[in-house]
Amino acid sequence: MGAKPTFKEDSTSAISLPAETEIGLYRQLIRVRHVEETLAGLYKEKEMRTPTHFGVGQEAVAVGMCAALRKDDVVYTHHRSHTHYLAKGGSLLGLVAELYGREAGCSRGRGGSVHLTDRSVGMMGSSPILGEGVALAVGSALAFHMDSVPRLATTFFGEGTFDEGIVYECLNYASIKNLPVLFVCENNFYATESPMEVRQAAGTQLCERVASFKIRAERIDGNDVVAVFDAATRAVEHIGGGNGPYFLECETYRWLEHVGPMFDHELGRSYRTKEEVEAWMARDPVRHGAARLLARKIATQAQLDQWMAETRAEMAKVVAQAKASPWPDASTLFENVY
Amino acid sequence: MRKIKYSQALSEGIVQSMEQDPSIFMTGIAVDYPSGIFGSTTEATRRFGPKRVFDAPAMENALTGIAIGAAAVGKRPIIVHPRNDFMFLAFDMIINLAAKWKYMYGGNAGSVPIVVRAVIGKGWGQGASHSQSLQSVLAHFPGLNVVMPAFPADAKGLMMSALKHSSPVIILEHRTLYDTEGDVPDGPTFTPIGKAAMVREGKALTIVATSFMSYEALHAADELAREGIEAEVIDLRSIRPLDEETILQSVKKTGHLLVVDTSWELCGVSSEIAALVAEKGFSSLKGPVRRIALADCPAPVSVPLEKAFYPTATTIAMAAMSMLGKYSGHLGSIDREDTFKGPY
Repeated sequence: MGAKPTFKEDSTSAISLPAETEIGLYRQLIRVRHVEETLAGLYKEKEMRTPTHFGVGQEAVAVGMCAALRKDDVVYTHHRSHTHYLAKGGSLLGLVAELYGREAGCSRGRGGSVHLTDRSVGMMGSSPILGEGVALAVGSALAFHMDSVPRLATTFFGEGTFDEGIVYECLNYASIKNLPVLFVCENNFYATESPMEVRQAAGTQLCERVASFKIRAERIDGNDVVAVFDAATRAVEHIGGGNGPYFLECETYRWLEHVGPMFDHELGRSYRTKEEVEAWMARDPVRHGAARLLARKIATQAQLDQWMAETRAEMAKVVAQAKASPWPDASTLFENVY
Repeated sequence: MRKIKYSQALSEGIVQSMEQDPSIFMTGIAVDYPSGIFGSTTEATRRFGPKRVFDAPAMENALTGIAIGAAAVGKRPIIVHPRNDFMFLAFDMIINLAAKWKYMYGGNAGSVPIVVRAVIGKGWGQGASHSQSLQSVLAHFPGLNVVMPAFPADAKGLMMSALKHSSPVIILEHRTLYDTEGDVPDGPTFTPIGKAAMVREGKALTIVATSFMSYEALHAADELAREGIEAEVIDLRSIRPLDEETILQSVKKTGHLLVVDTSWELCGVSSEIAALVAEKGFSSLKGPVRRIALADCPAPVSVPLEKAFYPTATTIAMAAMSMLGKYSGHLGSIDREDTFKGPY
């Protein structure tokens, strides 16, 4: 069947945001993209010994969502989590050093790519077992609700997580308890290499399913950072008003293989075609973001170049720093078991 | 000190902890019903109301994840499973997340001090999937604390220690013990997690037991004393962390080890204790170690089959006699009548 975009690229042309918001979103987009692409390139050196799921192509979901959250709102996410970690404000050195297994890593080299945390910015944790983050977010939302504090919990998960029973348990619970939780599904059409149509009934609409739990549900263009930010802002207002949970299905696409730094076609994998991937790469959220800034005269090409140069410089410095930082000492093997 | 029931002791431990710590809440199927998990949650429900004691849908795995997510932002949740067996549905959350949280984020994501209560069933035909006891499975995983109170004072003391602990604690309670009575301090009391209790001193042999089998072992030891055999009984209380020292010291003194557990032998707690003594106490042993556990089949329902399935005080006493080469005692059946008829 193949995965085709259902949204037009200019669907948010009517939305106007303050210039500094547009710039902030774009700069975060290029930063996340550049970090992921750099890490994917370096991964081939085989110095990072941790199975890594790159989110290249999916950055707009994380960036748009996290820009609408407060610092003390919490985020739980899954195995493809570098994007959310960075967008929520997680330490870049913490991420890179973690992939290199260093003590300076955000999880001190104990967690690897799929166990990221930075509590100082509300990035609570990522975990690779599908659906765990969904329950964790509902749990933190329960705590906020019990204490009547104006915080919310967000969980990012792929559409493959809809194969897991725990999602339905959590949607139900969040609904009956009216909890302040934002469910963000990144629908990239494939769970590892398995397309959604072989895993779910023909004609399945995830929003319909979620709506049956009496939860407000919306499908949006996850490759358009403005569309994501706009929807997230609405969702946050809805939740903040005490109206209970909100679900956003963000249509997006993963460019690289499920786990690892390569393109599928480079490895001879046939579950999706090179043409399909290229069609989605043409719907690039970063390129779209740049075109929007230029068309609206919010930024000049020289500014875009300058921001990119700053991002490159930052990343080059952090990679060098991470590589030079010390390994964990073997004598600390038993720290933090209890 | 006064005598109260095991179920009242659990209840007191919960109520006194909740009084001290407003971050504690309790949830699970039917926790706030008038029956209150065999009386163990009734008082907490009355005292603290629906904000801190509340029912939950049947969603063991999600509920455990929700408890972890609440603990991650400062709560101390108690989850209750009226039977151990339902906890299998929550193993992803207990084992993949709760047990590893502190470690796999390098200590930087804090800790998730959840308390999971689960009740072991026995008798009245509860059968294959309502009478298992999961201590060995859970204790396998670093990062969990697994405790099994056998006596009312520890039911309260382990509950209160669990609710102050910095990491997740699984409390395996035993339904048969709910109506047993014992001395329990009025005020807050804390049984250390990771420390076994010598509940009877003796020189002839060491009986290490868990949960309901500690209760049975004490009874067997009383009867053995009438045969002139002074057995030392150690109630393990804590499966992980395991108190190796108390066991090894006792075996050093007695030279004989009998281990009695509420579950099966293979890869079980009784095997672990046997292995411990074989490795670290071999020179103390005067004879082979003996394990007593469930018959190696699922729990049956029919009365004669159930009777054949469960070891009893008689099984323990007879094993102790034979280990000491005494086959001609006057000991007949010493078993107390099983009066359990529910509620389940």
